[in-house]
Amino acid sequence: MAATVRHYVLLGVLALFILFLYGPTLTILVLSFQGPDGGLTFPMNGVSLHWFHRLFETQAVGDFAGSLRRSFTLATMVMASTVVVSLAAGMAFRRKFWGAGPLFTLTVASLIIPSILVSLGVGLLFNELGLDPDWYSSAFGAQLTWTLPFGLLIMFAVFNRFNKAWEEAARDQGATPWQSFWHVVLPIILPSVIGIALFGFTLSYDEFARTLLTAGSDNTLPLEIFGMTTSVTTPVLYALGTLTTLFSFVVILVSLLIVRLLAAKRAL
Amino acid sequence: MTEDVLTSGAVARPAATSHRPARGARAWIARSVPLLQAGPLALILCIFLLLPMFVLIVVSFFDYDSVQIIPAFEFTNYTDVLGSEVTWRTYLNTFRYTVIVWAVTTVLGFTVAYVLAFEIRSKTAQMVLFLICTVPFLTSNIIRMISWIPFLGREGLLNSTLLKLGLIHQPLEFLLFSDFAVVLAYTHLYSLFMVTPIFNTMMRIDRRLLEAALDNGAGWWRTVTSVIIPLSKSGIAIGSIFVVTMVMGDFITVRLMSGGQSASVGLMIANQIASLQYPAACANAVVLLAVVLMMIAAILRIVDIRKEL
Repeated sequence: MAATVRHYVLLGVLALFILFLYGPTLTILVLSFQGPDGGLTFPMNGVSLHWFHRLFETQAVGDFAGSLRRSFTLATMVMASTVVVSLAAGMAFRRKFWGAGPLFTLTVASLIIPSILVSLGVGLLFNELGLDPDWYSSAFGAQLTWTLPFGLLIMFAVFNRFNKAWEEAARDQGATPWQSFWHVVLPIILPSVIGIALFGFTLSYDEFARTLLTAGSDNTLPLEIFGMTTSVTTPVLYALGTLTTLFSFVVILVSLLIVRLLAAKRAL
Repeated sequence: MTEDVLTSGAVARPAATSHRPARGARAWIARSVPLLQAGPLALILCIFLLLPMFVLIVVSFFDYDSVQIIPAFEFTNYTDVLGSEVTWRTYLNTFRYTVIVWAVTTVLGFTVAYVLAFEIRSKTAQMVLFLICTVPFLTSNIIRMISWIPFLGREGLLNSTLLKLGLIHQPLEFLLFSDFAVVLAYTHLYSLFMVTPIFNTMMRIDRRLLEAALDNGAGWWRTVTSVIIPLSKSGIAIGSIFVVTMVMGDFITVRLMSGGQSASVGLMIANQIASLQYPAACANAVVLLAVVLMMIAAILRIVDIRKEL
């Protein structure tokens, strides 16, 4: 009896936690459909798409279209690099190699050094070298110091559970190392690789601190949104929040769908 | 030496090399392949982490005036940072945030991870619920902070509900743009970093241990405190490292959620950067880095996380 009560109380805690995670986002989703006279809080003053229209007028927000395009391109670049580099490094760490220990320490350090320090350091480095910081150079590198450790840790988790018998079987049948990677290892770990891609894309797309001092003269979307928080006092801010959050959800759903499809294909 | 073997082997048996290189050559390849695979990671981290940290340390010894940075080697920036009462008060405030947020996220993260790992029996439900908890982590932090405004504001949902219920007669002012809002936002943003590692360690706990505890007469609470908590320690430690470093280095949450009324070390650095006092900001940054590394060393002293990696 006590156990049943406890079970439901604990389930209730989980439900409240999920409500805590999603509730605030849902309120701005609703409020972004405010009527033209609506404000930043409830009640709703009519229902309209007014603030979404305003979003695409350049005078309402700085450079929404441009920053969105830059953020999307940057996120794609970071995603591709994170997948390739952490996949390769993950393969390397399966064997002993010269410098493995220090490289691992450096990767973990990359994860725990506060973002603002990386941002400041990379910005100063470019300054000292006489290079102009830009979103596709300095910000790109600064973001990789955040996404690569995640990628590598996911690879570690994957290879901890990886059954080497598959690879040995491939080798016994005469496969070259490249063939065994391409036809055996990669298909098995593909769902996790898609996970790394998802992490790489979304972490870059939403990154603020590491981009702040490294993006140069052109803003990425999070920088643009931050600028708006101090100057914009209309629901256009919520409209932007709704759009970027929906975009993130679409990206996540697409990756999950791909993973599901791969699993279904394997089950056949 | 190894290259000699490689070339002589290639000359002596040219047909065989493509499939089966000589022994020395194979050893040489086996040793160089991991280096090539790890090379890009090492290169990127050297250029965008090691080198910038080096520049940060160098610039922290520079001199500056209102228009430029002057290369020098002096400790003025450090004596300024460490000698200022503002720095100490700011550190104290940042530690306060860190301790509170750490305590809240640990209890919350442990509870949620426990429910996910032990109370949800179906594997599918477990994975779906875990994903639901993970998704917000992949959306914009700034948007997630802004989304508290309509809830906590003077005319926000919480205040108007409490007013309507007659529980309060004046809107509560401390909800938004306050320390409360800062801690709430941190909890909202970072509790996932606790849930995930703790959930991971819990999933590896042998279920038979729980049955053994039960068979030996331990109640639920005793099982949690004497079996599950000790076995989840490494997960709690990893989560703590994430939360502590993120709160210690944060500036954006404090700026947005306190409405400019509270300070943190990160915000102090950001303000110095904004007023172009780079050497001062760098000295501050180096001190912060040292403090954060010491805190992590302390956590690692208490809990051995190596078995997690």
